[in-house]
Amino acid sequence: MQMSGAQMVIEALIAEGVDTVFGYPGGAIMNVYDEIYKQDGFEHILTRHEQASVHAAEGYAKASGKVGVAMITSGPGFTNAVTGLADAYMDSIPLVVISGQVPMSLIGTDAFQEIDAVGISRSCTKHNYLVTDASELPRILKEAFYIAASGRPGPVHIDIPKDVTAQVAEFDYSRPIELETYKPTVKGNARQIKKAVDVIVKAKRPLFYLGGGIINSNASEEVRRFVKMTGIPAVETFMARGTLRYDDKLLISMLGMHGSYAANMAMSETDLVIALGARFDDRVTGKLSEFAKNADVIHVDIDPASISKLVHANFPIVGDVKGVVTAMMELIADKVNASRYEPWLETIANFEKLHPLSYQEEKDVIKPQWVVERIGELLGDRANISTDVGQHQMWAAQFYPFTRARQFVSSGGLGTMGFGFPAAMGVKRADMDRVSINITGDGSILMNIQELMTAVENKLPVINVILNNQYLGMVRQWQTLFYDKRHSSTDLSAGQPNFTMLVESFGGVGYEVGTKAEFDAALKDAVEKNVVALINVSVARLENVMPMVPSGGSLFNMMLASKEK
Amino acid sequence: MADARRVISVIVINEASVLSRVTDLFSGRGYNIESLTVAPVPDSKYSRLTIVTSGSIRVSEQIVKQLHKLIPVLKVYEHADLVEKEMALVKFPVNESLSDISALAAAYNGSIVNVGDETIIVMVADEPKRVNNFLNLVKRYHPKEIVRSGSVALER
Ligand SMILES: Cc1ncc(C[n+]2csc(CCOP(=O)(O)OP(=O)(O)O)c2C)c(N)n1
Ligand SMILES: [Mg+2]
Repeated sequence: MQMSGAQMVIEALIAEGVDTVFGYPGGAIMNVYDEIYKQDGFEHILTRHEQASVHAAEGYAKASGKVGVAMITSGPGFTNAVTGLADAYMDSIPLVVISGQVPMSLIGTDAFQEIDAVGISRSCTKHNYLVTDASELPRILKEAFYIAASGRPGPVHIDIPKDVTAQVAEFDYSRPIELETYKPTVKGNARQIKKAVDVIVKAKRPLFYLGGGIINSNASEEVRRFVKMTGIPAVETFMARGTLRYDDKLLISMLGMHGSYAANMAMSETDLVIALGARFDDRVTGKLSEFAKNADVIHVDIDPASISKLVHANFPIVGDVKGVVTAMMELIADKVNASRYEPWLETIANFEKLHPLSYQEEKDVIKPQWVVERIGELLGDRANISTDVGQHQMWAAQFYPFTRARQFVSSGGLGTMGFGFPAAMGVKRADMDRVSINITGDGSILMNIQELMTAVENKLPVINVILNNQYLGMVRQWQTLFYDKRHSSTDLSAGQPNFTMLVESFGGVGYEVGTKAEFDAALKDAVEKNVVALINVSVARLENVMPMVPSGGSLFNMMLASKEK
Repeated sequence: MADARRVISVIVINEASVLSRVTDLFSGRGYNIESLTVAPVPDSKYSRLTIVTSGSIRVSEQIVKQLHKLIPVLKVYEHADLVEKEMALVKFPVNESLSDISALAAAYNGSIVNVGDETIIVMVADEPKRVNNFLNLVKRYHPKEIVRSGSVALER
């Protein structure tokens, strides 16, 4: 069928099953917005900043498992979106981001709102396209969705000049994708899998090291069964939270810079690391030469470049975690003998007893960790948890009782302050039946605060819980510990808005919380009213996130108690 | 581990921006490029890049894997046993000893390829190491300009 480039974009989105597009219009993308106006196949949600469009699409993608879609204009619209692209790239989130560009005839002339968008996005996308002819659009759109979601997922950016969106050409979306240079390895090598199983059975102190790839691969059910079947204990990365239930006896906890003592010690003492969809990030491994020093490594990952990048894998398996784990279970079924690990589990239990993840309650002041636990007690599985970046983020990861994959949405790789609120809107949109909570800080929340308008207008009742320490707390913590308490530009006590007035001016509801009883009342009220809310909780100002492996230190050298009380 | 010289060939779809994808990957990840040549593969939609780089085994393994991840990359060869050649053009003043220069060039698979009023241009084509040698040897003839092509390579 003949149609304009703009119409093709609409038709392709509908054919891909897209039900929500987050975006912001402008000159170069107006032809497409004109077609959005005319259609009713999907809903367009106008965010109030392009960065938020992309973060919302990320939240949507993470909660739903589908490809998230954002649409923006050229120049400043695009540059505003770059942080979102980079965030999705670092955390392997499948997105298709479509930007307008100046007409072909003006490209290269420093035209109004012209910027070399594909030049900028090249290093922070899985792939990108500059469309030079409308006849290319059906192929490019189809490829973009396929590339975003397959293999190791990631964001794909399509830049479309304005005249190409007006140009008429043939649209045929049924053509199969032919990408002879892109064929991700999905199925793990059977011989490698068998070898891995043989060493698993022989190991005395094996340890599952579960990463975010499990969630991307929708493999948490398989991994839960695998862990249960083998009786081998597990640690999770930050990105993998929710893979195992919080109360699974075999889940030690999160590992890494702010991982639990037991998790980090288990990693230091294990004789076999079974890494599933994890990438040995520096925030996880600490000092590489000391990481899992006594262990062989089995590494299952869909991205060959992640294998042996930082830690040598004795048993590399390139493939999708879900299939590989399923194949491993078949081979291992009659060979496991869980009692074999009893001494190892006992060692780990002792680590846990020695230094459990905990915090000291204090009279008269709410501890931030308590707030996280309390949300867990009151909402538990009913809530999806997004976070911003900082101390509150680490407490959320440490203390929330996660019960399922895709329950926890947070910016791990890039650590983007301002991610949480728009992401929580995307999460809400993907999972309307659950409560969408954004655990945030008094610094981060102001980085995309304009999204209050989007949330109120579009009835996306995100509840923002501000763990307000009147500090850029995480930076303050490093200053306290490593810069002799010189709190340079991190004290926000003289820079606090009236959060309640702020949210109410947008049509949401604000709560000022100074006691535990007030917190309970506020959260219950916000959930009941089902409104966009800011719950501003005054928490202990100088609390530190512990344990902590100082940057570049070894996992077994943890700081344990807060030095500043 | 010692940084060794490595020659990598990359077969890519011959399309706009593919070269910047490759070079961005090198600069973005802090890998160095000593030389890079690129030309279309005859009768195909592909181009072949020959990249000379250096690094440890681990680094070069990463380079190969990261190159593979680029969508328009079809194949990546890290050469172990290869024939590698490079060309150089050198401009000399005509008042230098032309016969000496010509004889030297011949020893390096080359010849005088252009004679002008004031300068001559000599072409040599040989292994990069030997091209180095040649360029060293001819210093005494006061070369005015030197241009090297970068390596091309084929597995034996
Ligand atoms: C966009 C961005 N800018 C700067 C930083 C560096 N940074 C990391 S945590 C942090 C403090 C965050 O403060 P707040 O949101 O109040 O959280 P808290 O640590 O106090 O819980 C900063 C500035 C960042 N991660 N992202
Ligand atoms: Mg704070």
